[in-house]
Amino acid sequence: MNPVLLKIIVLLGILIVVLTLASGLIWLERRLLALWQDRYGPNRVGPFGLLQVLADMIKIFFKEDWIPPFADKPVFVLAPAIIVITVLLTFAVVPFTPLVQIADTNIALLFFLGMSSLGVYSVVLGGWASNNKYSLLGGMRAASQMLSYEVFMGLAMMGTVMLAGSFSMRAIVEAQRHMWFVVPQFLGFVLFLIAGIAETRRLPFDLPEAESELVAGFHSEYSGMKFGMFFVGEYLGVILISVLLSVLYFGGWQGPFLPPIVWIVLKTLFFICFFILLRAAMPRPRFDQLMSWGWKWMLPLSLLNLAVTGAVVLAMRR
Amino acid sequence: MWSILQSLWLVLLHMFQPRFTVQYPDEKPYLAPRYRGRIVLSRDPDGEERCVACYLCAVACPVDCISLQATEDPHGRRYPDWFRINFSRCIFCGLCEEACPTYAIQLTPDIEMGEYNRQNLVYEKENLLINGTGKYPDYSFWRVAGVRIKDKDKGQAENEAPPADLHALTP
Repeated sequence: MNPVLLKIIVLLGILIVVLTLASGLIWLERRLLALWQDRYGPNRVGPFGLLQVLADMIKIFFKEDWIPPFADKPVFVLAPAIIVITVLLTFAVVPFTPLVQIADTNIALLFFLGMSSLGVYSVVLGGWASNNKYSLLGGMRAASQMLSYEVFMGLAMMGTVMLAGSFSMRAIVEAQRHMWFVVPQFLGFVLFLIAGIAETRRLPFDLPEAESELVAGFHSEYSGMKFGMFFVGEYLGVILISVLLSVLYFGGWQGPFLPPIVWIVLKTLFFICFFILLRAAMPRPRFDQLMSWGWKWMLPLSLLNLAVTGAVVLAMRR
Repeated sequence: MWSILQSLWLVLLHMFQPRFTVQYPDEKPYLAPRYRGRIVLSRDPDGEERCVACYLCAVACPVDCISLQATEDPHGRRYPDWFRINFSRCIFCGLCEEACPTYAIQLTPDIEMGEYNRQNLVYEKENLLINGTGKYPDYSFWRVAGVRIKDKDKGQAENEAPPADLHALTP
């Protein structure tokens, strides 16, 4: 087949599947949370309540898309788009299977880090443009939280880069043919997991939107589809981090018997469920606790991980 | 850190526990016989209305949702000409039932009164009257009350002594 056509098909396929999965996650999250809290969750609309998502989508499309008169209008409109764009762009470099990958660049991980840094702008600008003290507080929290957790997210990932000898995600997956990186890089995996949760602003790191303190944090003033964009962006982020966890530390598409696509989906779903379990079980820390955790524990630990991994790799190569 | 993992594990174990939700329209919850739900007007064992239109329920009602008009039949027996309960106001407190001297007004374990039109929540007497005695099967106010009605003179009620002869000299 024409390679350009194939690329376009892969691109559209990834886009559609990822977006569908992101909205499906709303259903999955509600059902799983309910399961762990001894409830049922949405089970009325369609089989197992699956059409609940559709009903919610229809509702959110027909809601009044209100922009407060005191808001900074262009920025207010732009903010929710940024998060969806940046997260979707990151999916371009993720190798789902050897075939299903849009772009195999040699700077894939750097691209991911850059895009997630840009994603912070969405939240910060959303909080700023709302011109509301709670939104601003949420935006400020998001900025400081995501910036500080991004530092050691990058450092934690460097372990896998050193072991694989490349920034390309495909090379990283292929380097895990004999052993998943979660074994030699267990500390790195834990650090990346924590940083990933903080990046997606999921509980226990959902301080930017902390309902009990800040109304709804940075998206207090958002309604209708703009709120929906933030929502979808958050779930896209969850999928992205889950895929990256399985790509970087759990061998990506590699696994016995089953075809590669099944393996990557299974691993990703596992981490998504873990994210939801965290939400079901964890309380929210105080903001100073969050920051001191990040700087006093995570950063030194990731530096240690970096140094030890580097030393071991050097010694092995000798 | 250990406690975090522990709580994750404990929450995960809840997967295997029964769910508390009662799936209401499919699965009706148990309502106790004395549950305070829809209000009815009951009849005495003879099939006559128990209500004597004394207005005590309307007085007791904290939200003033009961209104009625008293009248008398040709034999001197009081009954409500019309009786109206506005269930969109009623708070189902049961004070009317406590106030009722004849056990006429009673609350029943029925809560399914949803309506699309608010006006339909105003129940008239024909909606309220039931063809039974409700919670007190044998009670009949007129049979124990010392009031003269048709077929029952003074002193003929249950456990009632004949009236004293005002003109007799003996104590």
